[in-house]
Amino acid sequence: MSEREPVERDQAPSPSRRGFLAAVAAAAAGVMIAPGIRLIELAAARPAGEPASGAVRWGLLIDTTRCARGCEDCVAACARENALERRGETSVAETQRPQWIRKIELKELATGRELSLPMMCQHCARPPCVDVCPTGASFKRADGIVLVDQHRCIGCRYCMMACPYQARSFVHEPLARQNPAVPRGKGCVEGCTLCVHRVDRGLAPACVAACAEAGHGAMLFGDLNDPASAISRRLREVASVEVRADLRLGTGVRYQGI
Amino acid sequence: MTQPSSAPLSAPWASRAGERRFWLAGALGALVLAAGLAAAHYMEVHGHAVTGMSNRIVWGVPHVFAIFMIVAASGVLNVASVGSVFGQPVYKARARLSGLLAVALLAGGLTVLMLDLGRPERIVVAATHYNLRSIFAWNVLLYSGLFAIVALYLWTLMERRLNAYSKYAGLAALVWRIVLTTGTGLIFGFLVARQAYQSAVLAPMFIAMSLAWGMAIFLIAQAALFAWQGRALDPAIRRRMARLLGVFVAAVLYFVLVYHLTNLYFARQVEFTRFILASGGAYPLLFWLGYVFVGSLVPLLLLFHPRSDDDRTVIVASTLVIVGAFAQLYVFIIGGQAFPLELFPGYAASSTFFDGAIAAYRPSLAEILLGFGGLALALVAAVVGVRVLPFMPEDDRRVVAAGSGAGE
Repeated sequence: MSEREPVERDQAPSPSRRGFLAAVAAAAAGVMIAPGIRLIELAAARPAGEPASGAVRWGLLIDTTRCARGCEDCVAACARENALERRGETSVAETQRPQWIRKIELKELATGRELSLPMMCQHCARPPCVDVCPTGASFKRADGIVLVDQHRCIGCRYCMMACPYQARSFVHEPLARQNPAVPRGKGCVEGCTLCVHRVDRGLAPACVAACAEAGHGAMLFGDLNDPASAISRRLREVASVEVRADLRLGTGVRYQGI
Repeated sequence: MTQPSSAPLSAPWASRAGERRFWLAGALGALVLAAGLAAAHYMEVHGHAVTGMSNRIVWGVPHVFAIFMIVAASGVLNVASVGSVFGQPVYKARARLSGLLAVALLAGGLTVLMLDLGRPERIVVAATHYNLRSIFAWNVLLYSGLFAIVALYLWTLMERRLNAYSKYAGLAALVWRIVLTTGTGLIFGFLVARQAYQSAVLAPMFIAMSLAWGMAIFLIAQAALFAWQGRALDPAIRRRMARLLGVFVAAVLYFVLVYHLTNLYFARQVEFTRFILASGGAYPLLFWLGYVFVGSLVPLLLLFHPRSDDDRTVIVASTLVIVGAFAQLYVFIIGGQAFPLELFPGYAASSTFFDGAIAAYRPSLAEILLGFGGLALALVAAVVGVRVLPFMPEDDRRVVAAGSGAGE
């Protein structure tokens, strides 16, 4: 996949003519209702210095029926993109190695049905990690992406206690190599950023791009607030769930086929 | 004030032996404190990789020590409350020592908590950026506030011209510490996703725990200080305080019972409760043997047995209560994290991140030293405090004799 492809093309290889017309109509409506929003919807890249827009809510739809058991393409892509240590690349215990995305293998106890899915920060609308953070280092961007301010985190790990998804990791050792776009540091808590540095450039998260590139197409990324986006259209068509929906956290990541 | 006018300001050490014990306690405390600080430095340089903590057990043994000390700090101040707020002369004579121990324990607990942070040097960030939705941020304010209130309270107790205000300062301290321990309990109570926590009963349970642990520490400190000074503690006072400790220990047992019964009743909580109480290896052992038997039943027997009424019995019972407290906190904090989060009810889960698996945890020496370092800091602060300022209880015999028959 080319790094320069816009977000929507990442996982929508051939939008139908009908979908295209709907998108144009929605965009035209956007022009009339709120001109500022239209630009963001068409070209997701955000100019430097401009704050994230609350008109957008980035989200993911995971199709577990297309997620192969044992496939770790998304996990590898995440590690590559964010310069995370993979198994064997660090001397810390395996339980101490940061994992922003992981594959969970599931077996339904009553029926024996097996499935596999990626688990990462669910980018909740009402994130417990943000509530509990004493310094405000855990925060939610206007566009729904939940992040940790690496300059404000004191490493108390309360967010890790509060996260229902075990989605956060603590950096247990001094780090050597880093991606300049993805600041990390010993003694701070971190987690999936939804590849915010790519999203702001109009690209899909690395896991989504890798899944699409390998032809699995199990991950769909897009704007949940845009009724014409591929993800919104799919969510209208198929049954999907939030993990631990009982907690009413309003996750930005939804799963199909559980 | 019950303090006789002839009482010396700073309690002297009656004998050379007492003097030696004071220096020994101070030196031992300083040594352990130095070891604790060295351990913290080691953790700071190498990161938490050198601890047994992980992405699953994010709070380890340092938190067990820190929370013990913070909770006990609130409870040890109860002795002062009983004196100043509820007007019991025997307790009022102990209000200063109670205040000193509270400040010492709080300092020890907060030091451990701070040095266990991933970025302890950013403590100034915690002091200048508050997320007021966070119970943790509230606790930062509550802990700092307790230092200030106890300092003020001690001032009203020590400065004769301010003695009249000690009742109000004592009342403020009482209210503040109830709020504070509620806040400590709710650090866990507010964790919605964890099976071990997410319960409002944790707030009153922590208050009961604070009363029991604080009283146990007070009784040990009191017995040690009296022994060092070659003074005898009035048996009537000892008996009253020992019985009160027994009541507090029973109250903690009650809350623990309610907590587990509730969990056993909810089908979704049964598996976790079975893990903690039966199948979880070290955790059930620590719970039943450490907390229930050694830390509760034996002390209750010792404290309420009509014929076991001497200094040694009270010290043994108090020590066992503290041992039980550590067992209880270890099971609560670490056992609570060891049990996996249930993301998909009805499914068996596995992953490279240990979903669905019981997390292993073995504390490293550095963590244990850091914890003991905090206790040592509290010890040093208390020993130095008693040495330089008049913190020792001075009982007025007439008051003791008159009040010896009264219960609490």
